[in-house]
Amino acid sequence: MSNYPEDLKYTKDHEWAKKSGDHVVIGVTWHAQDALGDVVYVELPKVGAKVTAQESFGVIESTKAVSELYAPLSGTVVKVNDDVAASPGMVNDDPYGAWLIEIEPSDAGGYDGLMDQATYVKSLS
Amino acid sequence: MVDFAGWDMPVQYTGVVQEHELVRTAVGLFDVSHMGEVEFVGPGALEEANGLISNDLTKAADGQAVYAGLLDEKGTFVDDVVAYRFSPERILICVNAANVEKDFAWMQAKAKTIKPINRSEDYAQIAVQGPAAFALVQKLADRPLDGVGTYRFIEGAVAGVTSIISRTGYTGEDGFELYVAPERAEALWNALLDGGAGPAGLGARDSLRTEMKYALYGNDIDDQHTPLEAGLGWIVKLDKPSFIGREALVAQKAAGVQRRLVGFELTEPGIPRAQYAILHEGQKVGVVTSGTMGPSVKKAVGIGYVPTALAAEGSTFHVEIRGRPVAARVVKTPFYKKG
Repeated sequence: MSNYPEDLKYTKDHEWAKKSGDHVVIGVTWHAQDALGDVVYVELPKVGAKVTAQESFGVIESTKAVSELYAPLSGTVVKVNDDVAASPGMVNDDPYGAWLIEIEPSDAGGYDGLMDQATYVKSLS
Repeated sequence: MVDFAGWDMPVQYTGVVQEHELVRTAVGLFDVSHMGEVEFVGPGALEEANGLISNDLTKAADGQAVYAGLLDEKGTFVDDVVAYRFSPERILICVNAANVEKDFAWMQAKAKTIKPINRSEDYAQIAVQGPAAFALVQKLADRPLDGVGTYRFIEGAVAGVTSIISRTGYTGEDGFELYVAPERAEALWNALLDGGAGPAGLGARDSLRTEMKYALYGNDIDDQHTPLEAGLGWIVKLDKPSFIGREALVAQKAAGVQRRLVGFELTEPGIPRAQYAILHEGQKVGVVTSGTMGPSVKKAVGIGYVPTALAAEGSTFHVEIRGRPVAARVVKTPFYKKG
């Protein structure tokens, strides 16, 4: 069933973001994986790559569709979840456990500007 | 739901992969009522229909179906069809949904003595596919089906619904396609569900057929490609005295087929998709026509046209995915083999 944790931030492109110390962990929401259907391929940037807010940082493919992944914030990739790249179905099983990348944001204030849970859930209805 | 040739069609009911596995391991139901049917009835029906298609209905028995090309004078596909021979005086041709109007107009224009009848509104079609399909349909049928071999059909009742019971399909699994009156289709569908089948949508239908390298009209075959290029030489009977497209195919065979539809797998990460370019030594030499992450083969597999020099098993080329060349290798098809 649909599930949107309150301790995360969200984007209109259906990514979630979670603060982890000075870093931010990024994944896709329950809604995103539900709309995509069975996720079969995830293409992620390499550690050290720069990502830009609202621009594509990777690709997620399901049996039905190819979709871009959009960065909630600008910054530098510090970790990549290779487990998800190897087993993309994890995104369907547990979209919040199956994080995609962790970044070091270039703008420390950007995180607070993202949608909170209530606003995101409202945007879906 | 998606719009498919004017029909509202479910891409999936529960999930493409789950439905795909259901058909490979048990039994799935596809509502393929959107398919069209065109009938030729009367003395000379067999000869009339046979002159329009590339396969040879005169070599089939009554109660046998043949897969065939409906070709134009260039030898390229107007459509791919399944022709059912009830008798020399009754032939029913099942055509693709998106092509019903075009095919019917074509057949009307080309038929010489017997005028085709568009029966598309008279038939709904349910495909029952999977290793448990036979037992399920047999349980509900009013007559034994043991004698109905692959690409054979009989008329009978299934769950009390008068049907053409055809041992055909588009999945690589055993099963039936049941042609019934539209107003009885729901009753039959529900009886098959009650019997233990699960529903499957267009998404699974596409991944199942792609794993078999079964051509999809509009993707893999169209009015720019001939059966010889598409690897469907077996549905072209050049020893038939005449059919539309024959001369062009005789000429193409004599001149040599320049491009071929091959099955390939990616040997680097990625998924091939229709319309991606096929590259060789940096040049575009072909195009992907279908591709998926095969749920049963567990590989990224694709179908596409390449120059004949690159068509042999083991040949390598690249597929351009988002501007990046990804390595691919031609493999034996079907991609999926039982067991």
